Amino acid sequence: MNVNQHTPMASPYGQPQPGYTQPGYAPLDGGYPAPYAPYNGPASPYQPGAPPQGISGPARGPPTTGPPPISAPQQYNQYSHSQGDMQNGPPPMTQAQPRPPVSQPYNPGAMNMSGPHPTYPQHYGPPPTMQQVSNQMSGMQITSGPPTPAGPGYAPPHSSQPPVSTAYSAAPPPSYTQAPPPVSSAPTQPPPSGPAASQQYYGSPPPPSQQPFNSSLPPTSQQQFTSSSVPPPPSQQTLPPSSYSGPAPPAGQPPAPPVSQPQQSFPPSQPPFSSAPPPTSQPAFAPGPPPTAPGSFPPRAPPPSSQPGSYPPPTSAPSCQYPGPLPPQQQPPPSQPFPYHSGPPPPRAQMPPTSMAQSNHLPPGPQGPPGPPGPLQQPPSQPGMQTGYPPQQNGAFGQVRGPQPGYAGPYPGQPNYGAPAPAPAPAPPAQKRLDPDAIPSPQASDMPAVQKSRHRIDPDAIPSPIQVIEDDKAKSTEPFTTGVRGQAPPLVTTNFQVKDQGNASPRFVRCTAYNMPCTADMAKQSQVPLAAVVKPLATLPPDETPPYLVDHGEGGPIRCNRCKAYMCPYMQFIEGGRRFQCGFCSCVTEVPPHYFQHLDHTGKRVDCYDRPELSLGSYEFLATVDYCKNNKLPQPPAFIFLIDVSYNAVKSGMVSIVCQELKTLMDYLPRENPEMDSIVRVGFVTYNKVLHFYNVKSSLAQPQMLVVSDVSDMFVPLLDGFLVNVNESRLVIESLLDQIPEMFADTRETETVFGPVIQAGLEALKAADCAGKLFVFHTSLPIAEAPGKLKNREDKKLIGTDKEKSLFQPQVGFYNTLAKECVAQGCCVDLFLFPNQYVDVATLGVVPVSTGGSVYKYTYFQAQSDQERFLNDLRRDVQKPVGFDAVMRVRTSTGIRATDFFGSFFMSNTTDVELAGLDCDKAITVEFKHDDKLSEETGALMQCAVLYTSCSGQRRLRIHNMAVNCCSQLADLYRNCETDTIINFFSKYAFRGVLNNPTKAVRDTLVNQCAQILACYRKNCASPSSAGQLILPECMKLLPVYLNCVLKSDVLLPGADVSLDDRAYLRQLISCMDVTETHVFFYPRLLPLMKLESGSLPVAVRDSEERLSKGGVYLLETGLHLFLWVGASVQQELLLNIFGTPSFGQIDSSMTSLPVLDNPFSQRLREIIDSFRAQRSRYMKLMVVKQEDRAELIFRHFLVEDKSVSGGASYVDFLCHMHKEIRQLLS
Amino acid sequence: MATFPEYIAQNEERDGVRFSWNVWPSSRLEATRMVVPVAALFSPLRERTDLPPIQYEPVLCSRATCRAVLNPLCQVDYRAKLWACNFCYQRNQFPPSYAGISEVNQPAELLPQFSTIEYVVQRGPQMPLVFLYVVDTCMEDEDLQALKESLQMSLSLLPPTALVGLITFGRMVQVHELGCEGISKSYVFRGTKDLNAKQLQEMLGLTKPAAAQGRGPQTAPQPLSNRFLQPVQKIDMNLTDLLGELQRDPWPVTQGKRPLRSLGVAMSIAVGLLECTFPNTGARIMTFIGGPATQGPGMVVGDELKTPIRSWHDIEKDNAKFMKKATKHYESLATRASTNGHIIDIYACALDQTGLLEMKCCSNHTGGYMVMADSFNTSLFKQTFQRVFTKDVQGSFKMAFAATLEVKTSREIKVSGAIGPCVSLSAKGPCVSENEIGTGGTCQWKICGLDPATTLALYFEVVNQHNAPIPQGGRGAIQFVTQYQHSSGQRRIRVTTTARNWADAQTQIQSIAASFDQEAAAILMARLAVYRAESEEGPDVLRWLDRQLIRLCQKFGDYHKDDPNSFRFSETFSLYPQFMFHLRRSPFLQVFNNSPDESSYYRHQFNRQDLTQALIMIQPVLYAYSFNGPPEPVLLDSSSILPDRILLMDTFFQILIYHGEVRNQAELHLFTKQFHLKENASDLIYCLRCF
Repeated sequence: MNVNQHTPMASPYGQPQPGYTQPGYAPLDGGYPAPYAPYNGPASPYQPGAPPQGISGPARGPPTTGPPPISAPQQYNQYSHSQGDMQNGPPPMTQAQPRPPVSQPYNPGAMNMSGPHPTYPQHYGPPPTMQQVSNQMSGMQITSGPPTPAGPGYAPPHSSQPPVSTAYSAAPPPSYTQAPPPVSSAPTQPPPSGPAASQQYYGSPPPPSQQPFNSSLPPTSQQQFTSSSVPPPPSQQTLPPSSYSGPAPPAGQPPAPPVSQPQQSFPPSQPPFSSAPPPTSQPAFAPGPPPTAPGSFPPRAPPPSSQPGSYPPPTSAPSCQYPGPLPPQQQPPPSQPFPYHSGPPPPRAQMPPTSMAQSNHLPPGPQGPPGPPGPLQQPPSQPGMQTGYPPQQNGAFGQVRGPQPGYAGPYPGQPNYGAPAPAPAPAPPAQKRLDPDAIPSPQASDMPAVQKSRHRIDPDAIPSPIQVIEDDKAKSTEPFTTGVRGQAPPLVTTNFQVKDQGNASPRFVRCTAYNMPCTADMAKQSQVPLAAVVKPLATLPPDETPPYLVDHGEGGPIRCNRCKAYMCPYMQFIEGGRRFQCGFCSCVTEVPPHYFQHLDHTGKRVDCYDRPELSLGSYEFLATVDYCKNNKLPQPPAFIFLIDVSYNAVKSGMVSIVCQELKTLMDYLPRENPEMDSIVRVGFVTYNKVLHFYNVKSSLAQPQMLVVSDVSDMFVPLLDGFLVNVNESRLVIESLLDQIPEMFADTRETETVFGPVIQAGLEALKAADCAGKLFVFHTSLPIAEAPGKLKNREDKKLIGTDKEKSLFQPQVGFYNTLAKECVAQGCCVDLFLFPNQYVDVATLGVVPVSTGGSVYKYTYFQAQSDQERFLNDLRRDVQKPVGFDAVMRVRTSTGIRATDFFGSFFMSNTTDVELAGLDCDKAITVEFKHDDKLSEETGALMQCAVLYTSCSGQRRLRIHNMAVNCCSQLADLYRNCETDTIINFFSKYAFRGVLNNPTKAVRDTLVNQCAQILACYRKNCASPSSAGQLILPECMKLLPVYLNCVLKSDVLLPGADVSLDDRAYLRQLISCMDVTETHVFFYPRLLPLMKLESGSLPVAVRDSEERLSKGGVYLLETGLHLFLWVGASVQQELLLNIFGTPSFGQIDSSMTSLPVLDNPFSQRLREIIDSFRAQRSRYMKLMVVKQEDRAELIFRHFLVEDKSVSGGASYVDFLCHMHKEIRQLLS
Repeated sequence: MATFPEYIAQNEERDGVRFSWNVWPSSRLEATRMVVPVAALFSPLRERTDLPPIQYEPVLCSRATCRAVLNPLCQVDYRAKLWACNFCYQRNQFPPSYAGISEVNQPAELLPQFSTIEYVVQRGPQMPLVFLYVVDTCMEDEDLQALKESLQMSLSLLPPTALVGLITFGRMVQVHELGCEGISKSYVFRGTKDLNAKQLQEMLGLTKPAAAQGRGPQTAPQPLSNRFLQPVQKIDMNLTDLLGELQRDPWPVTQGKRPLRSLGVAMSIAVGLLECTFPNTGARIMTFIGGPATQGPGMVVGDELKTPIRSWHDIEKDNAKFMKKATKHYESLATRASTNGHIIDIYACALDQTGLLEMKCCSNHTGGYMVMADSFNTSLFKQTFQRVFTKDVQGSFKMAFAATLEVKTSREIKVSGAIGPCVSLSAKGPCVSENEIGTGGTCQWKICGLDPATTLALYFEVVNQHNAPIPQGGRGAIQFVTQYQHSSGQRRIRVTTTARNWADAQTQIQSIAASFDQEAAAILMARLAVYRAESEEGPDVLRWLDRQLIRLCQKFGDYHKDDPNSFRFSETFSLYPQFMFHLRRSPFLQVFNNSPDESSYYRHQFNRQDLTQALIMIQPVLYAYSFNGPPEPVLLDSSSILPDRILLMDTFFQILIYHGEVRNQAELHLFTKQFHLKENASDLIYCLRCF
C-alpha cells in the first residue's frame, strides 16, 4: 500500500521532471499528456527529462556542459530525483550524501542514477524538490517497489525508486538499514553508513544500484507502475533505457545520458543534482518528522514501534507533527511494511526516511516506521549499503545528516554539493555526522533511534535552503543566455553572467513561473501566483553591457498602433518588411519608411542584429518631446537636502555629520558620463518648527537664510539661488554647510514639522519646473502646529487585535494627498529618520513610499556608532543612478494582463505605475491575471516600459521584454517556478494586506494559499500516495521554510520588543525589494568563519542555533543587519586573528568594525564583510555578538529555522503544520 | 494797535495759529451767519528757536474734566499761590515746586510771549527712533540701484541709536534679521496671506521674550531692540551690505504680466512687527514702491498687463473691482499703525499709478509722507527723500512722532472737528461739539508724524446762545496741547494758548469783518471742500462751494441789487473770491485729466501743508525773471508773457519755466543761478515735483 502510494509519488516525480524538462516536455507532452494524467509525470518525465535538459540545458545546461546544461535543470530534477531516490532508498541521510558522492564519484553512476532518475528523476525531478523527494522518499519505499514494476512504464520513477529499490533489492537490506537510521534520526547509524554507502554506491554502485533498482524497483512499484507505467514503458524504453539506465545501470551512466539528453548532461549534472536533491530531500524529511515526531510521536511512537517495530514509530514520528496524519501513516506504515516486506523492508526503511527526507518527510514518517526497522537494520546494512544501494539510501541520509555534520564541520552540505569530490569525503563525515546526529537516536540504538525519530524530525532531513543554493551554484557555471523562452534563471544567490539574447536579464525581470498556465482555471486551481519582479534600472555587473540607447528619430520610438507596445524582438515583420505584426495584440502596423528594412529568407530583418530593439530583451529609447510633461523637454533634476535642526538632531550629532558629509558628496552627484560634471542642481533647507531656506547663489559672499515660519501654507521663498550648480556655488555652499551646525548649536527648539518640509521641497521643484529628489533628515514626531501634524498613537495593546491594521495606516490623510502632488511633479522623497522614540513611520513613510523613495531609520542614533552606517547609506543614496518622473507600464500578450503592482510608487489609474523617482535598487512586483486563454505556441509575452528622465535630464524609455512559456499541464507549471520570486510576491502581498486585515488573517491567507499550491501539486502532479506523505515540487521545496520566515517576520508576528515603527519601516522596506534582497532578508546568510579561503566564501549553514558550534565564529547577514557571532569556547587563534585578543571576555561587543590586523584571516574576513556590504543597497552595521551575551537575543531572532521568541514556529514545526493543512485540503 | 494783518502775522509767528475770524461772533446764530466758520489753521510744531528749555512738567487744572495747562491767560494769586483756570474757572493750588513764585518771579509759562511753550518731560524711558524700510524689489535694476543708494545714504543720516529694520518684498515678503554674522537671515512670508499681529509674532519668534519674562519677573525690561530692529551703529555695515546685495525679485515675470508685488502684506507685516515690538513708540515705516500691489490683500490691479489699473472713469462706473477691498485693507492698517503711533510713508515711483488712492489713508491718517515720482532714479525722489532727514539747528530731525493734540476751549465755544493728517482719539469732553466737521466728536487727535509744516484745520462752533450775551471785553480762549516724541527721544509737551475777543455781530459786524483772515478762510474752506470731495460727487462740492461764496458775498459785500458792477468787497475779503475761483479749478476738486492716484496725492499734500504752501497750491505763483531787476511776481495771465522774460510758475507740485524766445547761454546761466537760490529756500516738500 504504502509502496503504491509511494509509487505514485514517484510518478509525481516523474512529472516534475517533465516540468523541468519543459522544453522536452512540450514535445513530449503531446505524448505525455495521456500518460500524464496518471503518471504523465513519469512518462513524460522521462522524455521531458531529456527535453527538459534540452530546455533547461540552455538555462542551466551551460554549467553542466552541452548536455549538462540541458541536464542541468534536469539534473535538478534528477538530483531531486536522485535525492528522492536516494532518500527513498536511504531516507534523507543517504540521499544527501549519496547524491553528492554519486554525482561526483558516480557521475556516471550518478548518471545512471539520475538516468533512472531522469526518468524517475523527472518524476522525481518535480518531486526532486522537497516534495518529490519526500514523495519519493515516502514513495520511494512504495514507489521503489512499484516503480520497478512500473519501471517499464515508469522506469524513471522506478529508477528513482529503483535506486532505492535497487538499493532495496540489491542492498535493500543495507539501504533499509541505512534508511532506518535516517528515519530513526538519520543522525545515527544510517547517516554514517548511508553516506558511506551512498558514496560508495555512487562511486560504483550507481550503475549497479540502478540495475538493482530496475530489478528491485520494478518489482516493488510494479503494481503501481504497471498500470500507469504501461504506457510509459515504451517511452521508458526509449528514455527508460537511458533513464532507466538506471535500470540500465549497466548502461548506467552511459545510458543515463542517453536516456534523456538530460541524463547525458546528467552525469555531469548529476553530481550537482545528487547534491541538490539530497539536501532538499533531506531537509524536508528530517525536519518534518523529527519535530513533529517529538511532539506527538511519543504516543504514536509506541504504536509504530510496536507495529513495524521501529517503522511505525518513525513514521509516526514524522507525522507526529501531524498527529492526524501520523496515525494513519502509522497504519500505512504497517502496510508499508508489507510492501517492504518483500524487498520492502529495506525500502520501507529507506522509504520512510526518503520520503521523510524528500518532502513528505512527515508522511514519510509512516515510512519512517519502516525506517526504524531500517535503522535497526541499517547499522548492519550500512556496511551493506556501502556495497549496494543501501549505501545510496544511506548516502542520502548521510547527506541529509551529512549536512548537519557538515554544518558542524562547516560544510556538511558541501560534501553533498561538492558532489563529486566532497561526496566521498562527506559520506564518511556524513556517517560521522549521522552518528552525531544519531547520537541521540543511535545511542538509543536502532530501536531507540526510531523512537527518537518519532519524537523528532531530523532537521537535516527536510529541504535545506543551503543545499538548494549550493546546488544551484554548482550548476550555474556558464553564462545564462536569455534567448530561449521560459527558462528559469539561476537562483538569486548564484553568481552568474547573463547574456541578453532577446529576453530581459533576470537582473531586471524575474518571474514566479516561467511556465504560465494557459487558462485562468489552471491558474486558479494551482494558486501559484503569476507575478514578475521588475527592477527596471537595476545595476549590472561590469562584465554585462548596460542597455543600449536607441534613437528612432523625431518620430519617436516605433510602436504598435493598437496596444502601443514598443518595437521589440516579438514584433513579426511581414510583407517583405513593410509591416509588422505586434506580438502582444497581433495588430498589424506599417513600418515607417525610415525604419524599413528587407527581410532575409527566415523572415527576419537583415539588420536584426544591428538593432538592439530587435535582438535584445532590454534597451532604451530616446524619448521625444511628445513623451515629456507639458510637451517640454525636462529641466535638469535637482536634489534638495532638508535637515532637521531641532535640539535632538543637533545633540545627536546628526546635523554636523550631515553637513560635513554633504560637502564631499556634492562632488558625487549622479551623472551618466563620469567625465562630466553632474548637472543635478542642489538646494538646502533646514527646519525645526519653521523652515530655513538658503540662498547659495554663486554671486553671494555669504549664503542667505530665508526663514519661512508660515508653515500652514508652505511656499518657496526664493527661486534664484536656491537650486544651484554645485561647481558655481561651491564656496557659498561650503560656507553654508560649515555654518549650519554652528548656527543651531544652541538651539532649544524641540518641536518639528514634517508635512511642510516636504511641501517646501515640492514647491521648490515646482517653482523650478523640474523633477528631483528630496533628502529629508528627520528626528522626531512632528507635533508642532502645522499641516501633517501627528500625535503619538503607539499603543501596544492594539497589537493582535482587529485594530492593529490601523497602526500601519497613516494617521492622517494629509500625506496621501501630498504624495499625490509630489508624484505629479516628479518629486521623490528619501527619508532618513533618527528617532529616539516613536515617530510614526507608518505615516511619515507615506510620501517616500508613494514617490519611489526610501526610508532609512537609525533608531537611537549615536554619532560614534551609527555614523558609518548612516554615511554609507547617504553616500550610496545620493550617488546611485536614479531616474525621475517615471511612468511604468506593463503590456502583456492577449490572455493575461498586469492586475496588481507592489512597490514604492503611486497609481492614479489601474495601469500606469507612477514613480516620482526610480533608482537602481527599487523593484516593482507585478501580478498577472488571466483574462483569456494563452497558447502554448506563443507563450506569454510581457513588455515593461519605463518612461523616465535620466539624471542627465534626458527623457528616455527603458524597455524590458520577457517571454515565458505557457502550459496546459499543471505539472509543467510546477516544474518551472521560482520559489524566491514567489516569496517576494507573497511577502509584498502580505505586507500590503496588513493595512486592511488583521495580521492573523493575513498569515492564515498565506498559509492557506501555500497549502493550496502544494495540495494542488500533490493532487494533480504527484502520483497518489499516502496522505501521510508530504510531497513538494522540486522547485518549491523551499516554499515552506521561506514562507515560515515571512510569517515569522516582525511585520506579521511581532515580538514584544519590536516597535510599531520598526514594523512599519520593514513593511515599507520590503515593498520595494527585489528577489535577492527579500531572499536574504527572510533567510539570512550565515557563514561559518572557522576557515577562510581567498577567492571563495565558506558554504553557509542553515539558520538554526543547532548549526552553531560553540567553538566557532559565524557571520550572519540579512541585507540590513550584519552579525559576527562568537562562540563561547572559540579557539584562541581565531580570536587573535579576528580581534587581536586572546580572550573571549575581552572582545568589545560594542565595536562596529573589526580591528585591522595584519594576518590573512583578518584580511579575508574584512574583505568578506566589505563585499557583503557592497552587495546590499544599505550599509550593514556590524554587530559583534558574543554567545550568551544579552545581544544574542537579537541575533537569535535571525535564526529563522528555530522557534522564535515571538511565537514563530520552527521550520520543522511549520512544515508539519503545512502538511496538515495540505492534507486537510486533500481530504 | 497793530492792524489785523500784523496781528495775524504776529500770532502765526508766535503760536502757529491762524483763525478765519480774529474777532468772534458771540452767539451761535450769528456765527452761523458768518458763512465761514470760526476755525483755525494750526501748525503744532511750527519752528520756534526762542523757546525756553523747560525741563519740568506742565501744571494742570485740577478739574478732572478740564486739565487745562497753566498759561499766561490765567489769573494768578501770587500771595495765595493760587491760579484760576481760564477755561473752567477752577481755582488751583500751585504745586510745591512753585513756592517761590511771585510777580517778579514768574515761570515762563505765565509770560505772555510764551503763549506757546514747550515742556520736556523727564519721566519714562528714552524712546529710540525706529525706522523700518519696506522696500519693493520689483523694479528695474536702474531704479533699484538708485533706491539702494538712497537707502544706504539715509543710514548715515540716522542718529546712531536709532533702530532700523528692513523688509523687502516682491512676490514674497522678507523680514530681514539684522546683525547676524555670517549667514544673513530673513523671514519670508507669502505675499498672498494676511497675518494678524499675533500670528506674525509667533512666526517671527518674538514671543519668546515674553515667555522668559513670565518665568523671571526680575529680568530686565524687554530690550529696546530685537533681531529685526537694531541700532544703526551696530548694524550699519551689515545693513549696508544687505542693501547692496539686494536683488530684483527673482521670480519670473511672463510676457504680458505685471510682476507680483505683495505690497499689502508687506505693509501689514511692517505694521504688525512694530505693533508687537514698539507699541506707542515713535516709528516710521518707509515704504518704497515701484508699482501697484498685484496680489494678496491690498492688491489694486491684477497681474494681467492688458487690464489697466482703475481710472476715475472706472471708479465712477463702479468698475474698479479691487478698490474697495484694498481700501479697506489699507484703512485697517492705517488704523493699527495710528493706534500705536506709527507713521507710514509711501514713496511711490512709477510711471503708472501705484494705488495711492487705496493707500492714501496710510499716509493721511498717520501723518506720513506720500511721494509720487516717475522713478527712484530722479533727483525729485532723491532730494525729497533726503529732506525727510533734514535737521534743525540743534541737529535734531525736523520730525516728531506719536503726537496727540488736545484742544481745550472756553465754555462759549466748542470744537467740531479737525481736517488734517490725524485720527480721532475719540476723547469726549465738555468742549466737544455735537456738530461734526471733518474728524470730529473728539477733543483729541493723534498725529503720528509731525513736522514743522504740518498743519491741521480745526473747526469750532460757537455755542453761546444769543440770549446769553458775553460781557464786553470777554475773550474766548483755546488751548492746544500737543504731546509728542521729539526726535531726540524725549517726550515733550507743547502748549499753545490763544484767545480772541468776542463781538456781537449785530452791533460790531464791522469789527468782525475787519478781523477776517481771507487767506486762512480760503484754506479752511478749501480743506472742507476737499474733505467733502473725498466722499461726495465733484459737482455737489462745487455747488456747495459756490453757495458759500455767494452767501459770504451777500453777507459782507457791498452792492446794489441787480447791479453786478456795483459790487464791492472790503479789502479783507477782496482776494477770497479769487482763491475760490482757483480752488474750483484746482486738481483738489477737479479730477479731470488726473488719475485717482494723482488726485490722492494732491489732496494729501494739500491737507497737511501750511497756509502759505496751500495757497500756492490753489493759486500758483508766477515769477518773472529779467535783466531789468530782481524777480517779481506777476499776474497769472497771458499778459505776463513777454519776450525778454523768463517766467517761472510755482504750483507747489511743479515748477514750470517759460523761456519766452530763444535765450543765449549767458541768460540761461543767470537764470539757473537765480533759480537755485529759490529752490534752496523752498520748504520741505516743496521740491517734490521739481523737474
